[in-house]
Amino acid sequence: MAEDFDKLSSLQLDALREIGNIGAGNAATALAQMINSKIDMSVPQAKILLFSQVPELVGGSEQHVVGIYLRIEGSAPSSILFVIPIKQACLLVDMLMSKPLGTTSMESFGDMEMSAMMELGNIISATYLNALAAFTGLKLLPSVPALGIDMAGAVMDAVLAQFGEVADHVLVLETDFKKESVDIVGHFILLPEPGSLKIILQSLGVSI
Amino acid sequence: MMSKIIQVGMADLKLAKAPDKLMTAGLGSCIGICVRDKDQRLGALAHIMLPLSTQARNAENKAKFADTAIELLIQEMKKNGADISRLEAKFAGGAQMFKFSGESDIMKIGQRNAEAVEEYLQKYKIRILAKDVGGNHGRTITYDPDTGDLLIRTIGHGERII
Repeated sequence: MAEDFDKLSSLQLDALREIGNIGAGNAATALAQMINSKIDMSVPQAKILLFSQVPELVGGSEQHVVGIYLRIEGSAPSSILFVIPIKQACLLVDMLMSKPLGTTSMESFGDMEMSAMMELGNIISATYLNALAAFTGLKLLPSVPALGIDMAGAVMDAVLAQFGEVADHVLVLETDFKKESVDIVGHFILLPEPGSLKIILQSLGVSI
Repeated sequence: MMSKIIQVGMADLKLAKAPDKLMTAGLGSCIGICVRDKDQRLGALAHIMLPLSTQARNAENKAKFADTAIELLIQEMKKNGADISRLEAKFAGGAQMFKFSGESDIMKIGQRNAEAVEEYLQKYKIRILAKDVGGNHGRTITYDPDTGDLLIRTIGHGERII
């Protein structure tokens, strides 16, 4: 079954990016309530990549990254991987925990920091999925997040091992976090199971 | 003669003759299986992702699965002049990369990969000289068909040769 992301038109991509932006806006609001301080979030770019190209997004398969993985159950089963280089994750943790930027380092990245990142993964995934669900009427339920900190290739192959039997293409929403003129870029990656993409696009009224 | 380092991608398999070396970066739950014929100074590396081709919907890519990749390793080594009875193996990878995700399959895939690799190497009577599997960290490996050394690099878990 050749149902793949590489056949998406720019219109379909735009639709998915817009949903990402709405999700990001909602995520920013949710975060602001949680941490009492505003972090701006946006999705400047949506793109379709081969999953094997994903490590290049973060600087190669040996790059030290934080990955947050969730499964989506419901009408369009999928997986989500949020991936961000460790140095950027440290800054993000500082933002989340209202510490001066540069406080958290790779060495001090412990349980508290992991928990903050998982909470962020939770919020981003939930708000993106809510936006997607609102537009499509689909029921999409995220699982508890799992977290991995290691080489990009290693974090990703664990996800791919579960997913790789099917479509090789993934949707990447570049996600921008901004606070006090500091810019951090993470990547939110949606990996639909066979048939799921078709269901999502059909529900959006932009079927393949 | 200059030696090259040949990169092996995910679900891929390559051969190298000394002084060239074989390398695969960022093994998580995947496993790098290395075999060599010492006398021919010929080695091969397969980067497998899943244990069994029989459980997959699409098993076209033989290098992706432990069972078919080991068959392919043997075939390719033979085709390039190796004596199969001399083959020796080392392998590394099979980690559990994610924490806190409960009891899902994604947690166990590394372990299942390691078990399948061992089972199929034994099935084809390939001697296993060393392995470095499990744990919760990624590995980048470089295999030297000349010495049979397998160099393993990690983030935060040191460097070793097996």
